[in-house]
Amino acid sequence: MLRHFDREIDQLKELLLRMGALVEDQINESIRALLDRDSAIAQKVIDSDTAVDQMELDIDQHTIELIATMQPAAVDLRFVAAAMKITPELERIADLAVDVCERAMELNAEPPLKPLLDIPRLARMAQDMVRQALDAFVRRDTALARQVIDRDDQVDLLTEQSFRELLTYMLEDSRNISRAIRLTFVNKYFERMADGATNICEMVVYLAEGKVIKHSGHHDAE
Amino acid sequence: MDEVKITVRDFDFYYGTNKVLHAISLDIPKNRVTALIGPSGCGKSTFLRSINRMNDIIPGIRVDGKILVDDVDVYGSGIDVVSLRRRVGMVFQKSNPFPKSIYENVAYGLRINGLRDKRKLDEAVSRSLDRAALLDEVKDRLNASALALSGGQQQRLCIARALAVDPDVLLMDEPASALDPIATQKIEELVFDLKKNYTIVIVTHNMQQAARVSDRTAFFMLGKLVEYDDTRTIFMNPSVKLTEDYITGRFG
Repeated sequence: MLRHFDREIDQLKELLLRMGALVEDQINESIRALLDRDSAIAQKVIDSDTAVDQMELDIDQHTIELIATMQPAAVDLRFVAAAMKITPELERIADLAVDVCERAMELNAEPPLKPLLDIPRLARMAQDMVRQALDAFVRRDTALARQVIDRDDQVDLLTEQSFRELLTYMLEDSRNISRAIRLTFVNKYFERMADGATNICEMVVYLAEGKVIKHSGHHDAE
Repeated sequence: MDEVKITVRDFDFYYGTNKVLHAISLDIPKNRVTALIGPSGCGKSTFLRSINRMNDIIPGIRVDGKILVDDVDVYGSGIDVVSLRRRVGMVFQKSNPFPKSIYENVAYGLRINGLRDKRKLDEAVSRSLDRAALLDEVKDRLNASALALSGGQQQRLCIARALAVDPDVLLMDEPASALDPIATQKIEELVFDLKKNYTIVIVTHNMQQAARVSDRTAFFMLGKLVEYDDTRTIFMNPSVKLTEDYITGRFG
């Protein structure tokens, strides 16, 4: 029997997916703004952030209504709780895309410091992880969620490597410092996006299995 | 605002000299579920039964004020109570099928309204059973006794019986309070589907049920309407402290 509640849940899922798609777009455009040195794109991402914020408010309202009127239990309750935790993660990821664009606009005002190599890799990795986290959520696919969580270590390594490289530019010539620091920030923003994807995946495992794996230090625990 | 189906203005109700409803005024929207909640003795069932004059059989009752269904005063002179109750059907707390076959239970109201055509009766019976989400479970045994059905099925049979005479409004007095959770869920899903075609007013002791199934909620206390608003507002952010205390279980 299809419950009225299932329709409500589907609606909530649909809202989350729409928000997720919007956030993926924002990440993608922020990468373009940075790599193509395109400030117009950067400005577009900054302007679109209000749409993401509005979706967060809509989803919050919807989840609170669901709790007030449907008294969800068991897997339904975990779904609503997961939605409440995933939404702010997505909103934060979108904010980071805005941050990338703000730094990109500052960087575009000066000549490029160096060809960007590690940062694009890091950016694509973060973008991938966010997309996979959302796929894992939709399909309640805990294997995929655990894969994403495991990739976070590679992201951390790459962030560290990229930081060391930028440090050499700063040590070499103090006039490089402001651009290198901005790139360090960008580096960190993408690393934080990957962290957001990891947090979403932890909620997916909680949703599907009822297991809390965050702060456990062994994400692949079965 | 939705189209109004039932308009209540300054409605008072007395059992003898005992005034049990005080100046109730509210608009009940068409094709929506309106829940009446409140502690025992708050007057919610009396109010529900006032809408199709089910209280008339109690000696010594008196009413003041107005209840209009489609702008017609149900307590006005010249009102045919039988035809009122045909338009404003009722389902009770305890399912009360007649000791007859499933088919005859549903056909009963149509027969007393003079319908004799077998084909039309058959159609109406299966349509009503279908609307009450019971047809699939009973279609192979329409001539079996209604009393052999489970409690939940009996309640849906009573809903089918109420629907058979094609009412506009369905009054439900705790329709699921005697049922287990699965049967309750079926009734709730049914209520949700029925509002497409009917205006439903439901009395329930179970606040969660009101929250789940209704669009509007009226909170009664000591014969007065304390608060009436969208169900979501009532359960998320009521404007009256008394309502908040009741729905959060601080009294009642």
